[in-house]
Amino acid sequence: MKRLWILISLFTAAATWSLPALAHKPSDAYLRLTLEQGSRDVRGEWDIALRDLDYAIGLDADNDGRLTWDEVRARHGAIAAYALARLQLERGGAACALVPGRQLVDTHTDGTYTVLAFVAHCPRAGPLSVEYRLFADVDPQHKGLASVRDGHKVRTLVLGSDHPRATVDEGAAGAASGFLAYVRHGILHIWIGYDHILFLVSLLLPAVLVREGRGWRAVAGLRAALADVLKIVTAFTVAHSITLSLAALGVVALPSRWVESAIALSVLLAALNNVLPVARRRRWAAAFLFGLVHGFGFASVLADLGLQPGALAASLVGFNLGVEIGQLAIVAAFLPLAYLMRSTWFYRRVVLVGGSGAIMLVAALWLGERLFDLKLLPV
Amino acid sequence: MKPGVAILVAALLAAAGASAAPRLPASGAEVLEELPWRADPQQRELRALRARLQEAPRDMPRAVEVARRYIEAGRREADPRYYGYAQAALGPWWDQAAPPPQVRLLRATLLQSEHRFPEALADLAALTAQRPDDAQAWLTRATVETVRADYAAATRSCAHLSSLADELVTTACIANVGAMNGRLAASERLLVAVRARAGGADNAAVDAWVLTMLAEMAQRRGTAASADERFRAALRIAPRDTYLLGAYADFLLDAGRHDEAAALLAPHARVDGLLLRHALALRAGGRARDLAPELAELAARFDAGERRGDGVHLREQARFELALRGDARRALALARRNWDVQKETPDARILLEAALAARDVAAARPVLDWMRGARVEDVRLARLAAQLFPTLSVDGGKG
Repeated sequence: MKRLWILISLFTAAATWSLPALAHKPSDAYLRLTLEQGSRDVRGEWDIALRDLDYAIGLDADNDGRLTWDEVRARHGAIAAYALARLQLERGGAACALVPGRQLVDTHTDGTYTVLAFVAHCPRAGPLSVEYRLFADVDPQHKGLASVRDGHKVRTLVLGSDHPRATVDEGAAGAASGFLAYVRHGILHIWIGYDHILFLVSLLLPAVLVREGRGWRAVAGLRAALADVLKIVTAFTVAHSITLSLAALGVVALPSRWVESAIALSVLLAALNNVLPVARRRRWAAAFLFGLVHGFGFASVLADLGLQPGALAASLVGFNLGVEIGQLAIVAAFLPLAYLMRSTWFYRRVVLVGGSGAIMLVAALWLGERLFDLKLLPV
Repeated sequence: MKPGVAILVAALLAAAGASAAPRLPASGAEVLEELPWRADPQQRELRALRARLQEAPRDMPRAVEVARRYIEAGRREADPRYYGYAQAALGPWWDQAAPPPQVRLLRATLLQSEHRFPEALADLAALTAQRPDDAQAWLTRATVETVRADYAAATRSCAHLSSLADELVTTACIANVGAMNGRLAASERLLVAVRARAGGADNAAVDAWVLTMLAEMAQRRGTAASADERFRAALRIAPRDTYLLGAYADFLLDAGRHDEAAALLAPHARVDGLLLRHALALRAGGRARDLAPELAELAARFDAGERRGDGVHLREQARFELALRGDARRALALARRNWDVQKETPDARILLEAALAARDVAAARPVLDWMRGARVEDVRLARLAAQLFPTLSVDGGKG
């Protein structure tokens, strides 16, 4: 008789197997951690299903199967103590002290959750380690779906009884992928930063020409043009690398509105120089001088991205490398075209003078926007 | 300019991790959650058992009893949280390389309910080697081998049952494999005959299981009237069986009887697979207004499953993407991942349908190879395969 009974329970099993077990849903909790910028503290918000909490520590005071807000509220202390005892945060190898805050409620697909706010006071900065043991003893299939936000970066972790520990970032792989991410950001920034492109183009436009009296003539060979381009690009690179590093490392800080305005002014002056030449043979010096200003502009982007803690140099070098790659791509696209067209009237009048005029107009509008905090152009 | 993009990306990422806004309930009397226990005598019994286990968590017979009861509750309610509770009861032995046989069988059952088939099979192989007279282990093993399309192994496992279980059980096991493996009509005839000789099963659950199997065999041969009759007979015995409800709903949907399908599934919205079919029925009936909230609910549930990272819902999710969202490429990707895990008729069907919709004939090739290698007979699969590979003749539906 016993054997038959066992078999029957198995048959039901056979019949239900091919149905997704998701059904009501396995137990999950949602843990959101935010690294406070400029502080060692970590802020947390933890959504935990009321049903799971009731199963673990009992919430239903009158035992009627209905959880009221009063019943849940009365157990807030016990919930916080139970949950926070099963979460350990460490920064830089030192344990953080978890202090519970208030609890709200929220609804997920399988029911109502408490939303437990807390702050972790960490004695040190550094990489964050999470050890997650919630419900490990009563429901080993429970998972903690964690997100860790550091500035604009968000990392997600799936934690559970079979994988309770995770450390956010560092490690060789992390640093390498971080480095590549910064290279990409650098490339992207110069490509979508029209002000940097226009500045570079303004300086490069006359590189295939030689000033002659009040007009221009085509440069004789590619070598002369290349030498000019090389001087300009090198000067610009050296200059913006200096200020980018200084600003990113916090040695120098300038108000971004003035930096952005100065960048617009640099574009305006570089284009003006093509129409009314002032700096004739020393455009590389202008590239260097204004490159210093552009470096501060790059630094503000890098500050928004946030430097990777522990991989400061890697993120800085990566970003700068990205900027140089993006810049070389622009030169490589521009130079052959300009060189081929250099002896045409079209290039000297329309491209050089007309183009510079157009750039001046755009730069002047930018300058107005940035100085007076207006919005005139779509970009 | 550029920082704006970064902020937008970060905000989107954050939104993916958050749900609606946390709120403060309006009053202390507001009911936040209805719990599944208390009144139900089965739940009360489970609570008492759990309390007894807490007094002696290393008492193995007690732990096995609790785990088994939780697994049953999980099946009855189609609620996977009970599987987690069952695993907790087995905690002291769970990570052992070779736990005691009673524990190992339940561990295999739980692993398999999470679609961790290779691990489940490893446990079952060890178990059947250790205890060759354990009928349950052989039957579970045959079922997993069938899901993995290893029909030769499944047939061998069923053969071991003949001296251990009654004739109807053994026949059902063998017929279920044979019906997938080139002997559909013969398997069906055999199972009908043995069931008639036994005068139906002496147990309702076994009878419902056999009737469901027979209904699906008739459906695969394209004899709708017979399938319908058997499905309804099975439902009279087991009206809440989620697998049966899903299978019959699929039958009704294929027959264009979407109003009946919607009515059948209306009380079962908590089960994702049934909610999905309910939504399909609403869409087929043109009830767009009722459909919209169900689509949102299904999207949220599949999203939650995906974030968790388990693959239990892949088949239904592929169906959702294809039939309700019209995203053939995504459906195809999901259906292919699902096919790597399990290979039953519905898994083959969703992969063929997605490949057809995505115009990706090559993606359907593994299913075609399976159909030809195993000599699978199924009128709908044959029709789909013929649409995908018009130049090939695919055997099917001729029994």
